Amino acid sequence: MQVEKQSVSLTKQILRSISEAGLIPLLAIVTAVVVGGIIIIIVGGNPIQAYAGLVEGSLGSTKALSETAVWSTPYIFAGLAVALAFKGGLFNIGAEGQLAVGAVFSALIGYALPEWLGFALPAIVHMPLAILVGMLMGGIWAGIVGWLKAYTGGHEVINTIMMNYIALNTTSFLLNGVMKDPSPTNVIARTPLIAKSARMPAIFDGLRVHWGFILALLAAFLIWWLLNKTTLGFEIRTVGLNPDAAQYAGINVKRTIILTMVLSGMLAGLAGSIEVTGLNYRHELGFSIGYGYDAIAIALLGKSHPLGIVLASFLFAIMRNGASRMQFLTQLPVDLISMLQALILLFVAADAIVRYIYRIKSKGERVVLTRGWGG
Amino acid sequence: MSESQIVLEAKGVTKQFPGVLANDNVDFDLRKGEIHALLGENGAGKSTLMNLIYGLHHPDKGEVFVNGNHVAIHSPNDSIAAGIGMVHQHFMLIPVFTVAENVMLGDETTKRGSLDHLAVAAKITEISKQYGLDVDPNALVGPLPVGIQQRVEIVKTLYRNAEIVILDEPTAVLTPQEAEDLFRIMRDLTARGVSIIFITHKLKEVLAVADRITVMRAGRVINTVKPSETDSAQLANMMVGRQVILTVDKKDHEAAEEILKVEGLTVRDQRNLETVHNVSFTVRGGEVLGIAGVQGNGQTELSEALTGLRSPISGKVTISGKDLTGKPPRIITEAGLAHIPEDRQRHGLVLSYTVADNMALCDYYQIPFSVRGVIQPKALDENSRKLISAYDVRTPSPFVNAGKLSGGNQQKVIVARELSRNNVKLVVANQPTRGLDVGSIEYIHSEIIKMRDRGVAVLLISAELDEIMALSDRIAVMYRGQIVAIVDSKKTTREQLGLWMAGAHVEPA
Repeated sequence: MQVEKQSVSLTKQILRSISEAGLIPLLAIVTAVVVGGIIIIIVGGNPIQAYAGLVEGSLGSTKALSETAVWSTPYIFAGLAVALAFKGGLFNIGAEGQLAVGAVFSALIGYALPEWLGFALPAIVHMPLAILVGMLMGGIWAGIVGWLKAYTGGHEVINTIMMNYIALNTTSFLLNGVMKDPSPTNVIARTPLIAKSARMPAIFDGLRVHWGFILALLAAFLIWWLLNKTTLGFEIRTVGLNPDAAQYAGINVKRTIILTMVLSGMLAGLAGSIEVTGLNYRHELGFSIGYGYDAIAIALLGKSHPLGIVLASFLFAIMRNGASRMQFLTQLPVDLISMLQALILLFVAADAIVRYIYRIKSKGERVVLTRGWGG
Repeated sequence: MSESQIVLEAKGVTKQFPGVLANDNVDFDLRKGEIHALLGENGAGKSTLMNLIYGLHHPDKGEVFVNGNHVAIHSPNDSIAAGIGMVHQHFMLIPVFTVAENVMLGDETTKRGSLDHLAVAAKITEISKQYGLDVDPNALVGPLPVGIQQRVEIVKTLYRNAEIVILDEPTAVLTPQEAEDLFRIMRDLTARGVSIIFITHKLKEVLAVADRITVMRAGRVINTVKPSETDSAQLANMMVGRQVILTVDKKDHEAAEEILKVEGLTVRDQRNLETVHNVSFTVRGGEVLGIAGVQGNGQTELSEALTGLRSPISGKVTISGKDLTGKPPRIITEAGLAHIPEDRQRHGLVLSYTVADNMALCDYYQIPFSVRGVIQPKALDENSRKLISAYDVRTPSPFVNAGKLSGGNQQKVIVARELSRNNVKLVVANQPTRGLDVGSIEYIHSEIIKMRDRGVAVLLISAELDEIMALSDRIAVMYRGQIVAIVDSKKTTREQLGLWMAGAHVEPA
């Protein structure tokens, strides 16, 4: 009997902790929607019509739903990447670069490997290989920053930004040069199409949503499991919360920092690989602009919890996907969506505003996202 | 003129912090020329009361009167203007400035736009002579001994014409002899009309120096008494609210084989300064070796080097014959170390983890807590329930975050985790009772003695001489990174240890 009672109270505890964690982001969204509505009125629009357009354009039809899922896929992967690093006490601003590295290598394996080998690969080998290589290269790219942090103390914020420059400019160089699509009509910086055997199939005929979306949901579950149920996850979280205590407890802090960055980079690399193998079938300069940065916003909005990341990714996907319908119906510029996103973030980051508006008392410790400069 | 004029009075002061009533309708008064001790455990509300008087916090209710006039104190500037000065436990001095520069800081005397060092120095010399403080205004503060730095802080308050001086735990950083000097200075000050509030949790000092003693507990004033009308036991009872045993019950010592052996250990701190020089000692099974010394004489680096948190420059550390010099903490833990770290919140706990997680912080990777890389919540839960009852940890449940527990219970979580490990051969306990309530201190002391009686070697590092003397079988004194003496605890005295702690070369009696 007593055991039963305890388990009930435990479920209650878990439910309460979920509602507590989700409360501020939810209220931030509500506040941003209200403030966004006021701005729409000020510029002479009809907020109800605008928001209706947004919802219709993103959720109103099977095709709209499929496109929302397509948009959310890279957001989930990249958001998980940033969130995992946060959990390990690291601020990975480099998802954008890691994503580009993953995309370039997946594209390369996708179009060039059969040529190099001289024979066609079966899809069961080629597609996973293209994804795997992209993922690993993203991991290595971020792992360099982890190594610098662990062994030289170089701050990951600076170094991921620098690695972004290197990755994005090298990508541009390659896509304009040796990797450029050689077809005579092409003037764009893009790779050739990847082989059919490297492409991920769509889930339903006639819709673009592909198996990468399912993989993204699976990844979210796996990361949750890794962080909360495994010994490695315990080590990552301990290093993130208190590196001194982690060292005292016998955890190899340097190794854990590097591993956290590698895992984070692998997730960001996957975001790029999946876009190439599942959606675009090539890497094109400029396709990913902003995913890696939006991912930071998503990780913050989702409070670095995998379920939160999935929900925040859906929200961002809804806004991105519904924007054109909103514009069509109301003639309001798509930029309004960026403004709305910024407002949501503002209210999440400056949660004191939301707490003040809704009179919510601060409970417990603040979320530690990163240990700051030289920490 | 037995009852002199009241210079400071707090009436009905109440201060509520989230979750704690830190001061509950507190009345307190200070008479001209007296030393009024404010006694209480950590968290009793002493510091809150002083911060309210000094203007660092604002009371929710209640009023403060200086010389009979109601004053509104909104910031330390207001209290300084009212003639109140405070010497904090951690000094507020800039080491690269001279005494004169430190004293005038914030209240600079200028002559035609530039600092008037001469006038300031003259005034410091005058104050110094008048009160027997013996402070050189032109000396750099950094190299001065702690006792002198404290006098600089006192000069700072007098320079600002303070007639009421608050001393917050002033003896925590002093040797017994330095403390005696401070008491003499305090008496000189009061003889010249200065009134002193002396905050402490040490019973002996209060009885030695105070004119009146006010005891606080849980935010309330319990009583105000005269030293002649009370004794240690009664004061301790008032502080804790129940009968307290002040001595540790300890059987005679039966030391066995050598467990910890340290030979020629030299360690540098993070500034690359050599803070431990060529230290050698041994600890045998079934004995407590106490390391006495004023804080900051290399004890921190010594314990870090022994527990794997810092690599020594040279020397050798062995546990039961196994060379563990410079090995990482996990290897040393697996060789039989239990480590109660100096800073429980920085090293000992992850405050936002549950009590259950913290109780497996060092063993989480081993069976039964982990099986093939997967954490077993049931094993964590069972382990914590067992330890919570065995070590009397007061927590609502094993799933409460460690940060929500009181300091005493946080320390019990660490003690339970470390001492319950089944292969423990050596306990390194660094400041195991710092800042704890009397009840927790009693409990942790008895657990340490239990380990010793079971044949475990114990290295106890503490700045509290009473703790060292109560628990140790042998006592080593550390001064400027060296062990200057190792003696049998039965064959030494507080005075002798105090001299060693101050660096005097005295042969063991």
